Formats: sequence, C-alpha cells, structure tokens
Amino acid sequence: MMPLSGDPPRSRILSAALVLIVLTLALAPFLFPGAKPLNVAAKVCIFIALAASYDLLLGYTGVVSFAHTMFYGIGSYGIAISLYSLGSRWDAIGLGLLVALPTAALLALVIGLFSLRVQTIFFAMITLAVASAFAVLASQLSWLTGGEDGRSFRVPELLQPGTVFIPRDVLGVAVNGRTLTYYIVFVCCVLLFLLLLRVVNSPFGRVLQAIRENPFRAEALGYRTVLHRILANCIAAAAAAAVGALNALWLRYTGPDTSLSFSIMLDILLIVVIGGMGTMYGAIVGGTLYVLAQNYLQTLMGTVSTAAGEAGIPILPQLFHPDRWLLWLGLLFILSVYFFPTGIVGKLRGGSS
Amino acid sequence: MSAQDMDVGAALPKTPRDFVPLLLPIALALVALPFIPSTSTRITLTIAGLAMGMMIFVMASGLTLIFGLMDVLNFGHGAFIAVGAYVATLVLIPLAAWMQADSVWLNLAAVVPAVLFAMAVTGALGLAFERVVIMPVYGQHLKQILITMGGMIVAEQILYAFFGPQQIPLPLPASLRGSFQFGEAAIEKYRVVCVVVGLMVYFAMLAILNRTKIGLLIRAGVENTEMVEALGYRITRLFVGVFMAGSALAGLGGVMWALYREQVNASMGSELLVLVFIVVIIGGLGSVTGCFIGALLVALATNYAGFLVPKLALVTDIMLMVVILLWRPRGLYPVTSR
Repeated sequence: MMPLSGDPPRSRILSAALVLIVLTLALAPFLFPGAKPLNVAAKVCIFIALAASYDLLLGYTGVVSFAHTMFYGIGSYGIAISLYSLGSRWDAIGLGLLVALPTAALLALVIGLFSLRVQTIFFAMITLAVASAFAVLASQLSWLTGGEDGRSFRVPELLQPGTVFIPRDVLGVAVNGRTLTYYIVFVCCVLLFLLLLRVVNSPFGRVLQAIRENPFRAEALGYRTVLHRILANCIAAAAAAAVGALNALWLRYTGPDTSLSFSIMLDILLIVVIGGMGTMYGAIVGGTLYVLAQNYLQTLMGTVSTAAGEAGIPILPQLFHPDRWLLWLGLLFILSVYFFPTGIVGKLRGGSS
Repeated sequence: MSAQDMDVGAALPKTPRDFVPLLLPIALALVALPFIPSTSTRITLTIAGLAMGMMIFVMASGLTLIFGLMDVLNFGHGAFIAVGAYVATLVLIPLAAWMQADSVWLNLAAVVPAVLFAMAVTGALGLAFERVVIMPVYGQHLKQILITMGGMIVAEQILYAFFGPQQIPLPLPASLRGSFQFGEAAIEKYRVVCVVVGLMVYFAMLAILNRTKIGLLIRAGVENTEMVEALGYRITRLFVGVFMAGSALAGLGGVMWALYREQVNASMGSELLVLVFIVVIIGGLGSVTGCFIGALLVALATNYAGFLVPKLALVTDIMLMVVILLWRPRGLYPVTSR
C-alpha cells in the first residue's frame, strides 16, 4: 500500500465506491463525451483535492480556517494574471505557480503567527476578516485582477480545444487539447491527494492529530503546538493554491465568483463535514456527491419551485427557488455537524472516532 | 491564579488601571488631523467616525459579552443585525407617512416602536438560537464555529426568500435629516443621534455591569462559571439573559445602521460581521470597554483614510488589527484567560 501511505480505506463498501469514483473520473472523457459532463468531472477532481487540503486543517489539526478560498484564489489569480499579461506560454504558467505558491504559504505563515499563538478561535475570526479584505481588494484592484469581471486568458496552444490529437472518427470520441487539460487536472489532483495522504500519515501528521485531541498533552510531550499548526496551515495553503491554479487552467478564466466567493468556502466545509472530517477519503466521497448534487439537484429545485408556484402554495416557491440553494446547504450542514459528525466515511468504517 | 491572589489575609491588591488604550483614539485623531486641510472637514470626518464607531460598538458589544460569559463565539451574530434591520422595515414602511411628517413626535411615534419591535424580535430569536442551536455544543469550539456559521447562512437565505434579493430603501425620518451648521462645519443630525445612543448604551452597560447584582454575577461568571454555579446561582438563566440582551443589541445596531445607510439588504449581516469581529479582536475578547475603544479606532481610521488615501481605506481595519495585536497579542483589554 505504498501509494496510500499505509492508510487504506478500511471498509469494503468504501473501497468499492472509491475505485468506482476514481475509475469513472479516469475514463470520464470517453465515458461521457460532451462539454457539460466533462466540466462536472473536472470540477469533481478539483473539489476533491481542495477539500482534502482543507481536511488537513479542519479534520487533522482541528482548526477552522475561513481563508481557504483566499489561497485557492491566489493560485487562480497567479495563473490568470501571468497568462493574461505574458501571453499563452508554458513559462507563464511556471512563473504563475512560482509566484502564487510561495505567496500563499507566506501569507498563511503570517496569519498563523498572528492568530494561532493565542487560541484557535482567534484564528477562525482573523482568517474570516483577512479573507473578506482580500476579496474586496481583488475586486477593487481592477488594473491587476480585472475587478468584478475577472480575467479571461488563452492557455498554451497544446491545451486549446482546437488542437486535435486523434479525430472523432478513430475512437468515436475526439481527443483534443481539452482532453489533455482534463488529464493534467486529473493527474495533478491525484498526486496532490496522495501527497496530502502522505503528510497526514507521517510522524508530523500524527503530531497534528495529537494536538487536535489534546493540545496541552501534546505540548507536555515536547511538541511545539504553535509550530505544527502553523506548518499545517502553510501546507494546506500551498496545496489550495495549486488546486486554484488547476481550476484556472481548466476554466481559462479567473474571477471573484469562481475563486474567492464565500459560497466556495461553504462548499468546502460541507464536503469535508459530510464526507467525514479527518479521513481524507471523505473528501473523495463528499466531493463527488456534492458536485453531482449541485449540478443536477438545482434543476430539481427549480422544478419543485415552479410546481409549488402553479399549485398556489405560498412561500414554498421562494424557498425552493434555485437561488436559495445555499439555504438547504446550510441546513444540511448544521444537521450533519449535529447528527453525523463522523461523516459518510466514519459511518462506513463503523467505528466511533 | 498567581501566588499573591492566594494570600487570604491581606487585602486584595487593587487592579492597576490601564489607561493607555483609552488614549489611542485621541492619538489617532491627533496623528491624522494635521494632514486634513480644513477645520470643517476635520470636524465632519471626526463626527462621522464617532457615529460609525458608536453603531459598530452597539452591534459588537453583545458579541463580546456573550463570548466573555459563555465562551461562545457566535458567528451568527451578523444574522441578528440583518434581522433587526428587516424587522424595522416591517414597521417603518407602513408608517412611512408618519416618518415623512414634519413633526418630531410623529417621527418618534414611528421610529421608537420600530426599534423596540426589532429588539424584541432579535431578542426572542436569540433565545431560540441559544436554546436550540448553541446549547448542544457548549464547550466545543470547533462545532460552535461550524454550526453558528451555518446558522448565519440559513438566516441570510431565509431573509432573501421572504424579502426578496433587492435592496429596500429606508429613508430617515424628516426631523433627523439635514445637518447642524457650526460656521463652516456641517454636522449631520442623525450622526449626533447615533453618538448619543451609543454613549447611552455604553454607560448603561457599564452601570449594569458594575453597579447591579446581575452585573456582579455576569462579571463573576466571566471569571469562573463553575464557582458562580456552586454558590447557588442558576448560570443557565444568566446565559439566556445575556444572550437575549446581546442579540437585541445587535438588532438595535442593525436598525441604526439601516437608517444610516437609508437602505436594507440581506448581505449587510455578513458584511458587518467581519467589521464586528475586527473590533472585538482589537478590544480583547470579552471586554466591553475594549470593544468601545476598538470600534472608535476602526471607525475613525476608516473615515480619515477614506478621505486621505481612498484605496487604503479598504485595508485600514486589518492593518489596525495587526498593529494592535503586535503590541498586545490578546487585544487591548483581554478579559478571559481562556
């Protein structure tokens, strides 16, 4: 079990589900040809990696950060700004990553130094404040970020949909630059996930879990809790920035709504809580379910809303309006924190954690 | 508990008064004012800052008190602010004719019931929120943060569902519009009202906390909850009372803010929550006076910076917070040792 870092799923149903999800994602361009399904598949990959990086903080270290989308946004904007200003070149992508990842880690370090010294509740408040200030800055500094409109940019020639490697009549499905981009996203997300799994199963990860369970005891055993928490924060931030860069490459666009909005933060929280905090595999299950639900249930809500409207029932049409998606998400979130704290993976594993 | 506190026989040493933070808003004003060209602008900006600070203080005071006593950080506090503002529109919009009448009494007859109604509704909501949502997760910070945040989102979405996504205009009553003229300087009447209301809330809180038995119990509860319980007081009643009062104050702040902006929209709760958090962090979690100073500092800095370097005003709050935390890592007046 080398690639899984000695931390297998430990449940038959879970293993089967994971194999199914990973295989489906790996073959997605051939199983579901078409723009929308491929978009959904790419979004699933991206959210799995993003939620896994957040699980390192929430599930393994036991600190709540509301700035995870900020780091995600730094990665997205890093790629967007460099590709926009340097043109569609590969070295622009490299430069974007080279600037964005250290920036994210450094910012995480500074925030951690300020707030993790005192107590974790401070950290939650300060990350919320910093993230909202960052979002305002990103939408105001329009000369750099494109403001509310964001930045659309061209990716290198090889990744563009017009570049056809194998035409449609050979395999039945055209393999073009878009397919290549999808596989870049997929492979990078798999690697990131395995890397994070490695981190949480390393001695360092064990110390993080000890700190989560009992900070005083961990400190008494001689581990510097502040240092470990800050380091975990930096790793999570750099990983989130990397995922953000992948997201920008896939969308060929970066704007406040796709990278910095608070609803993405809520999405991540929900995925981690529903999937199972502190399990890593929860991110895969939760991310897949969540993105599928988001893409297909919203349509259902619209149907319910119109049906209730035609039936003349008051209030229901407003409550089920597709724009009120967050209302049901929030309710689901609260209920799962109360009644379902170990998440899907915890339930499947059967043990009480 | 250090050794000297344990020395039973000796008289308790008087806590040394810490005046330095009190001087900070004055120092800030003294630093910023020379850069502002005319005296009238200086006066206008300072009054605007004071009024904004008082409103933020009214909203934030409940949050800091709740945290100090119950060790609960309510991320849903912003929802109470927004609910207060929306509830006030329910009264003020039907009474629009009284609001626009040229009589102070008719104006008051519209505004006072609106404020009282908003405070009653947010207070009752606070009671429900404390009993249903927060009570099961006392002592578990991680879950508290997650659940109250979820509550904030749900409340905001329900406001959208019932009142629609559009902004609701809420004009000021006729007698509060316009401004006083002092030579060159114009001071808006409503800002003066805000300052007066804010000061009243502040001194009323200080009086209750320092001069009444309930205040004594609250202060004792902040220090040591278990001991208050062991002495035979029902700490849960105290919790509920403080939570309701804190939520009602958030509602009052929401109404004040809505009238100041002359409009209401559902996202005002989450926007103000960030500001309130910054103020509470600067002041030190749990401290009312710290919160008061923090609110004044943030509001004055935002107003001065907005005039001098408009782009900088976006980040003055964060910069102020960083500077204060560098100086005192737990805020100006840290109350609890938790």
